[in-house]
This record gives sequence, C-alpha cells and structure tokens, in this order.
Amino acid sequence: MSSQAFQKVYTKLTNITKATVSLTAQDVGYDEMAVVNGRMAQVVKIMGEQVVLQVFSGTEGIPTNAEVTFLGNPPQVKVSDELAGRFFNAYGHPIDGGPDIEGEIREIGGPSVNPVRREQPSQLIATGIAGIDLNNSLVSGQKIPFFADSDQPYNQVMANVALRAKADKIILGGMGLSNDDYLFFKQVFDNAGALDRIVSFVNTTEDPPVERLLVPDMALTAAEYFAVDKNESVLVLLTDMTLFADALSIVSNRMDQIPSKDSMPGSLYSDLARIYEKAVQFPSGGSITIVAVTTLSGGDITHAIPDNTGYITEGQLFLRRDTDIGKVIVDPFRSLSRLKQLVIGEQTREDHPQVMNAAVRLYADAANARTKLENGFDLTDYDERTLDFAKSYSDKLLAIDVNVNTDTMLEIGWELFAKHFSKAEVGIKKELVDKYWKE
Amino acid sequence: MEKNDKTTGNVSGIIANLVVVDVDGPVGQNEICFIDHGDERLMAEVIKVTGNQAYVQVFESTRGLKPGSKVNFEGHMLEVNLGPGMLSRNYDGLQNDLDKMEGVFLKRGDYTDPLNREKKWNFKPLASKGDEVIAGDWLGEVEENGMPHRIMVPFKLEGTYTVKSVTGEGEYTVDDEIAVIEDKDGNSISVTMVQKWPVKMPIKTYREKPRPFKLLETGVRCIDTLNPITEGGTGFIPGPFGTGKTVLQHAISKQAEADIVIIAACGERANEVVEIFKEFPELDDPRTGKKLIERTTIIANTSNMPVAAREASVYTAMTLGEYYRAMGLKVLLMADSTSRWAQALREMSNRLEELPGPDAFPMDLSAIISNFYSRAGYVYLNNDKTGSITFIGTVSPAGGNLKEPVTENTRKAARCFYGLSQDRADSKRYPAIDPIDSYSKYLEYPELQKSLEKNMGENWLANVLKAKDTLLSGKEADEQINILGDDGVPIDFHERLWKAELIDFVVLQQDAFDKIDASTPLERQKYMLEKVLSIVDTSFEFKNFEQVGDFFKRLINHFKQMNYSEFKSEKFKGFEKELQEMLKEHAVEAKEEQAV
Repeated sequence: MSSQAFQKVYTKLTNITKATVSLTAQDVGYDEMAVVNGRMAQVVKIMGEQVVLQVFSGTEGIPTNAEVTFLGNPPQVKVSDELAGRFFNAYGHPIDGGPDIEGEIREIGGPSVNPVRREQPSQLIATGIAGIDLNNSLVSGQKIPFFADSDQPYNQVMANVALRAKADKIILGGMGLSNDDYLFFKQVFDNAGALDRIVSFVNTTEDPPVERLLVPDMALTAAEYFAVDKNESVLVLLTDMTLFADALSIVSNRMDQIPSKDSMPGSLYSDLARIYEKAVQFPSGGSITIVAVTTLSGGDITHAIPDNTGYITEGQLFLRRDTDIGKVIVDPFRSLSRLKQLVIGEQTREDHPQVMNAAVRLYADAANARTKLENGFDLTDYDERTLDFAKSYSDKLLAIDVNVNTDTMLEIGWELFAKHFSKAEVGIKKELVDKYWKE
Repeated sequence: MEKNDKTTGNVSGIIANLVVVDVDGPVGQNEICFIDHGDERLMAEVIKVTGNQAYVQVFESTRGLKPGSKVNFEGHMLEVNLGPGMLSRNYDGLQNDLDKMEGVFLKRGDYTDPLNREKKWNFKPLASKGDEVIAGDWLGEVEENGMPHRIMVPFKLEGTYTVKSVTGEGEYTVDDEIAVIEDKDGNSISVTMVQKWPVKMPIKTYREKPRPFKLLETGVRCIDTLNPITEGGTGFIPGPFGTGKTVLQHAISKQAEADIVIIAACGERANEVVEIFKEFPELDDPRTGKKLIERTTIIANTSNMPVAAREASVYTAMTLGEYYRAMGLKVLLMADSTSRWAQALREMSNRLEELPGPDAFPMDLSAIISNFYSRAGYVYLNNDKTGSITFIGTVSPAGGNLKEPVTENTRKAARCFYGLSQDRADSKRYPAIDPIDSYSKYLEYPELQKSLEKNMGENWLANVLKAKDTLLSGKEADEQINILGDDGVPIDFHERLWKAELIDFVVLQQDAFDKIDASTPLERQKYMLEKVLSIVDTSFEFKNFEQVGDFFKRLINHFKQMNYSEFKSEKFKGFEKELQEMLKEHAVEAKEEQAV
C-alpha cells in the first residue's frame, strides 16, 4: 500500500497528538485509510477541511512536514482460497514469510446481516468436553466467550475446541497475543495437520496496541468470504477481547471522549456487538461461529468488558480451578450456553435437559453443604452425599480433560445419581427415571 | 414545522454517525433529512442546531461520506405510516419492512415501504354522512388477521369535522379514499386508510386514562399470582446477563392475554429475534387458535444495526401500540432492552460533548424514561370503548448492579418490578424473579383488589399475601439456620424454611421449556396455590430436622409431577391422591383444625 504517482501528497500537518495528526485536505471520505510517513492511519474526524487521522502505530517521531497520502478506501483485505494456511498481521499483510496472496479486495467491517435472512442456529458442535457438551452445548452460528483469569489455560482449551469441532475453516484473530502464544497456536494447528484449514490474523504484544482494532474485522471479513461465497462452516477464534477493548479505551481517551464505567468508551457495547453479531447461520448453509476469550481481572465479571460481553454473547464459559480434584473445570454455575435449548434433547438424547439440570442442582446443594462445613456446622447425611457426588461429578464430567461423546456423558450422569441419591432426591420426570435409572 | 420551500444544506463535518450540516434555511429540532452519498440517501435526524449549522445523527454508517455532500431537509420529524397490514410484519427501528429488502446483508440507504400498497382490504363503513367527528373517531373498519382494524380520523387533525361521505362496503387499497370530512370552514379533507404520525409524540385521542384495574393474565405464575400486572400497566425486568430476561419476555409475549403483541428487539441479539421469526409462525395462540405471528409485530433493531435507529425503535413500537389502542384493542408492548436504548442516548450525548450525568448517561435520562413509560395505559376512547397498552421493558443493569442509572430511573417510572436474581439463576430456579424484592404496586390498588375478589374469589388476596409472608418467613428461617446451624435452631425453623421452599418449587418455579408447565391459566394457578397453602397451614410433627427436608422434598417432587401433567387429568389426580396419603405421615390432625 505505498503511495502512487497520481495521488496527492500533503506535507503540512497542523496538529499532532499522541495518537492523531490533523491536516487540511479536500475530498476525503470518513473512515478512509491514509499513510503518514509510511505508517498506516485512518480518518476519524472531519471538520470542514480539517481532517483528523488516527495513526495506528502512534505518532512518535512524526514531523509536521510528514508526507500524507490518502488511499481513497476504508480498510480492506484480500480474500481467496489462498488465505488458508497463512498468517497475516492486522493489515492483512503476510507475516509467515510467504508471498502476498492474490484475491478479491473486500472492505472490512461491512454491513450486518438482515435479521429476517438469518437462519436459526441448529447444528450441535460437539467438543467432547462434558462441561461444554453436557451443560453448555455449542451450536453453529453461536457466539460465546471463555471468561477466564489470565493464569488459566484458555488458549489451550480453545485450541482443543477448535480442532475437535468439525469446522471447514478456523480463523484465528489474535490480539495482543504474546509471541509464545502465537507460536503455540501455530504449533498446535501444525501438529494436528490442520494448517490448511486455518487462517490467522495476529497482532502480537510486539505490535502497536491500536492496530488490534483491525484484527476482528479482518478475521470476520475472511470468515464471511468462506461462509457466504463458499458455504462453509467457519469457526472464528478471537483472543483476547479484553485487550481489544483496552485498545478501544486508549483511542477514545486520546480522542478526548468522556469515559463511562471502568474508563471504557460509552460505545463499548455497540463496538463489541458489531463484532460478535457477525456470528450467523446463513440460509445457504454456511455459518460463522465465534468462540472468544475475555480475560478477567480476579474473576470480576462486573467489570465493563466482561459485563458488556455477557449481554452480547450467547452465554459464556467459565474456567475455574477445582482444588478438590486439582483440575481446571468448566464452572457449571456461571457458565451458560443460551442456544443449548435448540439442540439438547433434540439432537441429543431425550433425557439430556433433565439430567443436566438435576446434576447442576445437586452440585449447588453440595456448594451449600460446603459452606456449612466451612462454617463449622454438622453435615446431614444428604449433605455428605452431595459432597461425594460433587467430587465425582467434577472429576468425571466437568474437568476440561474429559473427551467422550454426549451419550456417555449422560450415562455417567445417571450412574452418579444412582450411586449417591434416591430417585426422589434427583427430581427428574418419572418417565425418564423409569427408563434410564441405574439400579 | 411545515414549510413551503425545503431547506437544503451541505455536509461540513463528520464524527462517526454525527454529521454537521451547513444549512441555507430554517431547520427544526428532530427534523428528518437525507444526505446524498453517491447513489445512496442516508437518513438522519437533527439533534442540535447552532447558528446555521445543524448537527444530525445519521441512522446509517457514515463510512466514505465526504464534506460537501448535499443534504435535503424533509420538514417533518421521524414519522411512521399507520394503516392495515402492520401485523405479522418485521420492521427495523425506522419501520422499514425487513422482508422487502433484497439480499442477505442490509444495504445502506435501503428504505422500504412498511405497508402493502396493492393489497385490497374489505372496507365496512362505521360512520355516516353528517356525523360530527374528531381525531381518532372510527370511520370504518377492515379485517386484519381476523381482528377489526378501525380506520380513524387522522390523529393530526384538530377540532371537529363533519363527515361528508363514507365509501360503501367494498374492496380498497390503503391509498384509496374511503371518506371525505369537512372542517367548520367548509374545507374538504380526503381520508385514506393510511396516516402518518411522528413517533416521539404520544397519540392522545382518548377521553380518559383511569388507573388500571384489570389483571392481565400472562400464564407465568410468579407474575400472575404474586405480583400481577394489569391491562394498561407498566413493568420492568432488570437482571444481570444469564438470568433469563429474554426467555421470560418471550414467555409473556407468547402467553399473555392480549389482542396485539408488539415486540421491540432493541439493541439485543439477532438470534433471539430469529427465534421469534421462526417460532411465532408455528405456535398457536391458545385464545384464537390462530398462529401467534398473526397478532404480532416485531421491531428488530438488533445490537449490530445502527445505533441511532435503536433509539427510534422503541418510539416506533410505542406509536404502533398507540395506534392499535385507539382502535379499542388490548396491546402488549415488550421492549428488550431499554438499557440499550439508554446507551444509544449516551453515545450521542457524548459525541455532542454534553456535560455527562451519572455513568456518562445524559442528565435528562430520567425524564426521557418516565415520559416513555407514561405513554402506556388503559384508556376510555371517545366512543366509550376501551383499549390498553401494557408495557414491559427489560433492563440490563451494568455489572448486575441495580443502583445504576437506567435501573434507578426505570424504577421511578414502572409500577411492577420483576427483579431477576443471580443467585436464583445460578441454582437454576427459573424464572429467576426474586420473590422477596419484586413487587407490583397494582396489588395495592383498590380497583384491582375489587376485580380480583370478583374473578378469583374472596380469599385470593389474603392467600397471595399469605404466600408472600410464608416466603419471607422461610427466608428468615434460612438465615437463622445458616448462622446457627441445622441443630442450633428449633425444628420449627426447618418447617418454616421448607414450607417456603414448597411455594418456591411449586408456584414460583416454572419450566418455560415444558409444554404444559410453560403456561398456567389463572384457574389452575388458583387451584395450585390453594393446594400448597393448605399444606402451609397444616401443622406437622417431625422427630428431627432431617425428616423435614426429606418429607418436603418428596412432597415437592409430587407437586412437580402434577405441574408437568395436564390439569385434572388422570395422571394429575393420581399424583394428587398419593400426595394426600403422604401428608398423613406427619400431619397433626387436631392442630390443623386450629390453624385453619
């Protein structure tokens, strides 16, 4: 994207701030891309002939006589089958040492799908992880984040989910990935022999943070190409959306906007929704499913980033370390898949919804028993049994190292019920108890 | 705001969807304009005027827009078209018919007609030549999805008019003249089936707005029984994410006893709207036997659609509701979520660099919310017929904190509060409406009390209060048990706790995904409440506290099986009989007499 001969070159900046430069220019469109002394920039404000450009990599060292050229278009990405197996930066330039790709140029951050043209998500995505498949089934066209503290193995779990899900394409949008994590993904995908169905857009911690803002749109524009043009099922992985939101707050702060909760811009909800709502089941059969990561600070979900995310996404998956069994589990209380109702008991066995609910309810009773124990009270026989149940349930079903099919998960559930409880205590519809109870 | 020469202008500044326009003539606050951008025309609304500069919020993306672009002002505020054919339609926040748009993706500047201009309607006159009429009076009617759709004297007309002629019964399109009316100066006005109305203005063509007095049945037990909403009432449902706001709203919109349901999906998930699109055409309306979609209009402005149109969407929905209310219909209006609407206001207030109120929301948020809620209500029309808009909005409190500005301000405006609790949702006690914190102010209305007495029996109100007291007493007992331990309290505390749990599990908790349990008619609610309360009134004898829990768990299990069975079916009666047997194990007969 170097300047071309016929383009007008401006050389007089009137204003420079940490993130933006201003100049007098004509015939410039809103959102248009520009190059300022070789650095990528985008129009963020026009007032009369004064144009304000946001320079993605910052304005350090930019002089008032910097060369500015306008590219005449909003940010774009080239799409074609050649994307598969490649790694790109936030501008869509290859970073894997390979050649530039050929393809059709598309604007990123394009229009939304007309809601009446959407199909209802209906295809179960099995991951083998019971904490997900049993309690929080994923469905194609869904958008769901992992809420995890930074010390939890969310990238590993996400890579597992991605590889086990039977998606035609996996698109990784990495924002503020550490170089180690970037290499981790590269290696895992390579080892699984899956590289040819994976496309990656990566901004690492070595790159300027504001560039991250382009990554989700890049990844999702590529996803739309495969889902719409090729009718493929596409799984988009976005990690870490907290760092994306941080970049938003940096920009809004530099633009002198009034911050709302937790120093986040007032438009955070709309900014995140614009990305997550790209998840869709198309009528032609293609789909985009988004699995994201939102890192938390000390498990606090009331912070503006996870809070707004939770209102947008169709559930959230919570990782938590269970000290009783010494494993990371998918927390059944705080995790939720909103779309599970569309598939459980329909594409899975009829007893799925009731088994799921009963197990979680009994697990909640165990939590109460634990509180009693911690407060030094005597436990009843029922309390003791719930605690035993909770331990097995956690180990055999909730742990993230579980990898079995859904029927097996249900069988394990019934076994645990029979081992620890009476039929009445489990409280499941009689017809199902008659059919599945393990004597 | 009517002008002869239309004002025009040129774009001079752009910051996201806020555009500054240099104008050459008068402009009005909230006036609509169109910005030319290549072949596209982008709709926008004036939100501030300084000198000859108008600040407009664009209802579309402004990507690529350049200064100098031509702007045409329309001379009116944001209006909707009102006429037959709006039911079963899917509109965006500006009342564009989404089904008429081509392609999978929304195209910028694609504005479609909300009405079908070709379809012929069978018109029947209601007024006659010589009648004196005022705005909102019924001139005739057509049948829309089996419901009478009245053609009214345009709401914008002021004063009294005389009917000069009304067309005879026959087939007409919405644009055909169906009547001519004459003002007192002898000017004739032609009336068609379509009229326009600015969405931010309430339609007030009614005679009187009394206090609501009639219960609106929703089939949701913890609403109807414990904290009922009324026809023409207002309520709101705040809840952190994942507590079941949307499931509850969908349940109410499916089951409520209303003629018309208008759903404003305001800044929420697109897939939730798709669920309505797909389900409602399949589901039967139990009252009419028709499909639910036939009584429903959906205003979908999902979270990824333009923010400015999100703000408009709730007003569009309310205006449609007022239009149907003026026909003497019972309208239920649901908005999910009003927080997104408030956030849209915040985004724009921020771009306008207004001084912010709490959490950066605009200072007048409270007034805006109150104003909006006040448009709901039960009304007596000029012809003594009645109509109502019952409005239930959801609120998505930031961080689940009910002290945040949108929740606080909505609390001032709405009369029913259905607070969803994270704890209840975590333990899967759905619907997660908190039985202690939630309230319905209508329960204190003598008007409603009277009608409940008449329709639900003399003891109903006392029973409801008893259920509430039992729940509270159970909560207190639970707290004591938690502090002192199971053994540290008298057995009686456990009994109190479990009697409350009984009400919780049998009356409050309801399985929205079970065919039978999802909706409970009032008659069944009454039966079950009385049944449960008879147990609450019974004195029991237990040897130790463990017996209490075991016994009540078995009771609850039986009651749940009853809830899952067809009312008064063999199965239902079977469980009921077993239940009666079970009671004998611990009931103290003599004391029972005293308690009653």
